[in-house]
Amino acid sequence: MIQPQRTAPISVVLGAIGSIRSAIIPAIAVAFSGIGGAGRMLVAIGVVVAAAIIGTLFSYIAWRRLTYTIGEQDIRVESGVLSRSARSVPYERIQDVSLEAKLLPRLLGLVAVKFETGAGGGEDLALTYLTAAEGERLRHLVRERRDDGQQAATSADPAASTSGNADEGADEGEVLFAMGPRRLLRFGLFEFSLAVFAVLGGLLQYADMVTDIDIWNGDLWRGWLEEQGTIIASLGPYAQAAGATAGLFGLALIGLATGTLRTFARDWGFTLTRSARGFRRQRGLFTRTDVVMPAHRVQALVIGTGFMRYRFGWHGLSFVSLAQDAGNESHVVAPFAQMDEIAPIVAAAGFHLPDERINWHRASRRHRDDTALISALPFVVAAILGAVLAPLGVALIPLGLAVMMAGAQLYAWEFRRHAIDPEQIFSTTGLMSPTSRISTRQKLHSVEIAQGPLARWRGYATVHLGLAGGSFSIPGIPLKTARILRASILDTIAATDYSQIDAPLDQAFNTDQSGLAANLAAT
Amino acid sequence: MDKSSAPTPVDQPSDDEGELTRLHPNYAHALRVQAALTAIPFLIGSLVLESAFRDQAVFPSGIIAGPVLLIALALIIRIPARRYHARGYQISADRLRVVRGLLWRSDTVVPFSRVQHIDVHQGPLERFFGIATLTLHTAGNHNASVALPGLEEALAREMREDIRAHIRRESL
Repeated sequence: MIQPQRTAPISVVLGAIGSIRSAIIPAIAVAFSGIGGAGRMLVAIGVVVAAAIIGTLFSYIAWRRLTYTIGEQDIRVESGVLSRSARSVPYERIQDVSLEAKLLPRLLGLVAVKFETGAGGGEDLALTYLTAAEGERLRHLVRERRDDGQQAATSADPAASTSGNADEGADEGEVLFAMGPRRLLRFGLFEFSLAVFAVLGGLLQYADMVTDIDIWNGDLWRGWLEEQGTIIASLGPYAQAAGATAGLFGLALIGLATGTLRTFARDWGFTLTRSARGFRRQRGLFTRTDVVMPAHRVQALVIGTGFMRYRFGWHGLSFVSLAQDAGNESHVVAPFAQMDEIAPIVAAAGFHLPDERINWHRASRRHRDDTALISALPFVVAAILGAVLAPLGVALIPLGLAVMMAGAQLYAWEFRRHAIDPEQIFSTTGLMSPTSRISTRQKLHSVEIAQGPLARWRGYATVHLGLAGGSFSIPGIPLKTARILRASILDTIAATDYSQIDAPLDQAFNTDQSGLAANLAAT
Repeated sequence: MDKSSAPTPVDQPSDDEGELTRLHPNYAHALRVQAALTAIPFLIGSLVLESAFRDQAVFPSGIIAGPVLLIALALIIRIPARRYHARGYQISADRLRVVRGLLWRSDTVVPFSRVQHIDVHQGPLERFFGIATLTLHTAGNHNASVALPGLEEALAREMREDIRAHIRRESL
């Protein structure tokens, strides 16, 4: 086990295919541009062949030179052709291990194994392309080693043995949340997206670069538009209206289709399982990802929703942790679910949703009035300018907008609230689609009360909580409330040391108790 | 503790956590020197403009350099003193509170139990004035590092040792 190992040999093929793929578009450009006269087709083929040979060579050398070692304490990767680099990641620092299989590697039965450490800048450890079995084995191994390390570290604590027993359970846990095709279809309809037009725009620009058609040439378009315009003008008003309606309808259809397709590609076969070791999420149609997150590494929860889906009671749940998920700061664990489906996941993560008895605090009324005024101010200025400079009536437009903005802010206040209970902090914001954040008091790292000049004058403040892997701030609460909030959070934080908060839940509970006992003994 | 760092009341109300300790007076001087260094290029620039337009006699002389000089003087004389007075800290058995900001006030508390590592840093200016910056790093995204500048160097090191001792005690 100690000797260095190499990644799967077929990764060389994938590397070569990758370099061919990046060479193919320049090759097409060569083939269709004016360079090289009659022989340009040959040149294009030559480019592809050269790319294939060079790519194979390079990825073979890179493959030869990359080794990984599964050590007792850490996992080590040595790589580099000319400049060697060796990276070592201790098992205890690995936040989660994810297996990612893009379409092509997946066809060849390969996966990319990523070890998330929570270090900034995405500089984590990745082994591109091991066989699926090897990836799975590695993940098991890392998990076992990590747990061994933790048990060794806490073996002095007699209470730790209970947590060790709980870990012996099977890897296949209960399914907490899964989405079938019907749910995906419904989800996709809410994911309305016009991104396809951005892609088309990008393609057009690319076409502009490689072909002779100058798409930014105004005359070309004007000519086309005039031609179309005369046709449209000849149709008469009803046909024009029908055309416009059909156009909008088509746009909506394209948006819905894009949303649905994207959702299907991303979330196909979405399954969230809870085992003794943590949460495991699998999803993806073409690119299949498989992420495991230890439950005790979950720092906070975010329940978000959208304007339309909120009306139908759909919400999305994400875990905030130090590890990142495809560029997002939090892991989506239930993208589209009703609250009664979310509640068990929340409970499994060791959190709880606010109940009816909880005492919600609203933001300060002064804060509400100020934000309403500030958001209306630019429009009021525009209205005054309009009244002075523009013809009569123009000023009414910005004035109406000003009233609308102020009204929206006043309405948003209804949703801006926070609450605190002995273990957790809740905060909700959002006008048409409320977003809730839930964090345990113990897992916060600092508390800041921030006030701008206006806030100082009017006596309210924003409370920023230091959350690992995410942000948590409560705006516009009265200064006195902010101080009380801070004092109570700090009492909880100071009672437990950082080295103990990342321990598994039951263990943290035990140390918490012993810490309490120590406090009592001290007094 | 040094005499200069003895607790003195600050004009800010801080009823919930007691009075703030002021920073070393040299910190105000350091801020002043820093402001002066920042202002010098602007002053030179304004003088260059001034001399360039002198021959054309479009403006009365001093219309550029005058305001720049006034602003620079305000930044050098008035603002550092106010910034110094706006800052303060409070250290207790298990937490550090840092207050700063003239217009945008910020009042941060970091419990020692959440400190990841501690820096004591001295720039050339700080070394000249015998002060140092103590920085506490936490794992939170917000306030990932909380800096407390303007401590006397020995005090900063002493605070670092105190906090480190606290962390070691807690994590055992």
